[in-house]
Amino acid sequence: MSILVDNDSRVLVQGITGGEGKFHTRQMVEYGTNVVAGAVPGKGGQEVDGIPVYDTVSGAAREEDADTSVVFVPPAFAADALLEALDAPLDLVVAITEGIPQQDMAKVYKKLGETDTTLVGPNCPGVITPGEAKLGILPGNIFSDGEVGLVSRSGTLTYQVVDNLTQRGIGQTTAVGIGGDPIIGTDFVDALEMFENDPETKAVAMCGEIGGEDEEEAARFIGEYMDTPVAGFIAGRTAPPGKRMGHAGAIVSGGGGTGTAQSKIDALNDAGVPVGDTPDEVVDHIEDFL
Amino acid sequence: MKLHEYQAKGVFADAGVPVPDSQLASTVDEAVAAADEIGYPVAIKAQVQVGGRGKAGGIELVEDADEAREAAEKIIGMDLKGLHVDRVLVEAAVDFVNELYVGVTMDRNEGEPVAMVSTRGGVNIEEVAAEDPEAITREHVDPVFGMQSYEARKAVYEAGVDREVAGDVASILRTLFQLWDDKDATEIEVNPLMITSDDEVVAADAVMNIDEDALFRQPDLAKMEEEAAEDDLEAKANEYGFDYVRLSGNTGIIGNGAGLVMTTLDLVDHYGGAPANFLDIGGGAKAERVTNALDMVFSDENVDSVVFNIFGGITRGDEVAKGINEALEQFDEIPKPVVVRLAGTNAEEGMEILNTDLVTVEKTLEDAVQRAVQYAEEEQQ
Repeated sequence: MSILVDNDSRVLVQGITGGEGKFHTRQMVEYGTNVVAGAVPGKGGQEVDGIPVYDTVSGAAREEDADTSVVFVPPAFAADALLEALDAPLDLVVAITEGIPQQDMAKVYKKLGETDTTLVGPNCPGVITPGEAKLGILPGNIFSDGEVGLVSRSGTLTYQVVDNLTQRGIGQTTAVGIGGDPIIGTDFVDALEMFENDPETKAVAMCGEIGGEDEEEAARFIGEYMDTPVAGFIAGRTAPPGKRMGHAGAIVSGGGGTGTAQSKIDALNDAGVPVGDTPDEVVDHIEDFL
Repeated sequence: MKLHEYQAKGVFADAGVPVPDSQLASTVDEAVAAADEIGYPVAIKAQVQVGGRGKAGGIELVEDADEAREAAEKIIGMDLKGLHVDRVLVEAAVDFVNELYVGVTMDRNEGEPVAMVSTRGGVNIEEVAAEDPEAITREHVDPVFGMQSYEARKAVYEAGVDREVAGDVASILRTLFQLWDDKDATEIEVNPLMITSDDEVVAADAVMNIDEDALFRQPDLAKMEEEAAEDDLEAKANEYGFDYVRLSGNTGIIGNGAGLVMTTLDLVDHYGGAPANFLDIGGGAKAERVTNALDMVFSDENVDSVVFNIFGGITRGDEVAKGINEALEQFDEIPKPVVVRLAGTNAEEGMEILNTDLVTVEKTLEDAVQRAVQYAEEEQQ
């Protein structure tokens, strides 16, 4: 079992003719992902490695029965691409694009609320069910299939923790990078709920970071609703208030004490979630659960 | 990107938000001349981006030219919470009877902007929010429709703003929202919004944070970016297009991906060191970018050692290794010891390319960080 993506997902790639889109489509196909179409305005009728390209997302969805989109469209045009995917409609949209203006995402988020589509990202590495399919830019070779779910706000931190898991012989059901932006589609609670409902996921590793209150909300959810054990990691303990640490959402607000690494660690601990001081310590906790 | 007060007030004035008469000055003579021209009393305000400037001695109210000179001499060149003050805003003092707080920010949980009004202006609004959240009225705004007049009125009346000025305050709030939308702001704050005895409303301070991701469509604001940088290194980082934050320690940190770089910082701290900076070279970095990153970190004189932590997804280990070699081969003597950890895409190829006469290679994140901390300690001795 898995969440969000599997062998049956019929994937279309928005921005398939661009450098990133083309490169990662190849990687996805090589991994076994069922990529059935591309969508790029003005490039309809072309092919990329034998994959048909359409001018519109709705055209690609209709002709090729696509239900999932991976978005590699540059930031200036990304919100429009996301609105198009929501309008198509599709079941799942994974937005890889980094640097979409917040104002644009607020409008996308508004529309998202009016649809049944699941949006993952933006500014995320994607979603992978090891051995079945991957959507996005995650390096497939570090993953192995198994029993641990992973959800993370950071791409490279995902790789670090997965690498530590795999090195110790612990495989993954699905890994979801939810992205580090202030406004994202799928949040921790959404992903944790999916893992809780997945009978094959025996434990979950959750990687958070400073900024926002998503981790605190996740802690409340875990405490109230989850039987599956969760271990956590929070990046940004050393971050000074008021400074953006790379991710647009990773900023500790001036006062009030929310959004800090400590407030998140405390909330998780209160919900019975052990938090590792290093990525490897997270794997120690996961090992204890299995 | 956070604008300086004078920059934000310029944007406000252009949009029709009333601000006091003011002039920017970078020498004592300029400051006194500006004060004479504006007419006393004036406030002399340090233009650095820290909260609590007043309490820290960065704002002085002066009554005549002698006092203006004295205040300008004190403030220009002072060190304010670690930042060097090289400019002051000389501004007409406002004779007020009341102070309000108004602001617009993004409520990330709702994915919607929220406008805020409080009659408890002039104080630390974060404290008010923590102690008495009811004292701030919040009005969510539809990001597609924008702020309607009634929404602005509702926020202002519910906050209990005096009837005599409620209309003007509502109109300012709506203008601020329009600015939020037009300028791709992530935060706009006026604290205090002063009410004079003649029922005039004046923005006595101005905070404006701009979404850096939207600067591509904000050419006027993008031009202000260089001046908004806090120091030479941050200006350099902007030029190179790095996410960079200068910190107070002595272990330099370069990595790819915000989460992994933050984690590297945390581990430096965990193993008893102190991070000198956050530097994310981003995804898919090529050799030149790596060279620039090393150049940046070496130009910080506090740095005693550097740890390079790369976990490649899009980023390729061989490209990074090439960049490290190229950067270090320029030196007869490498200024500070460099520790490298490469994992992920093409890491093995990278390890083979890497000139190990120039750097120390470690296999795991933990080992690399501990080695860099150890080098930094040795340099200190």
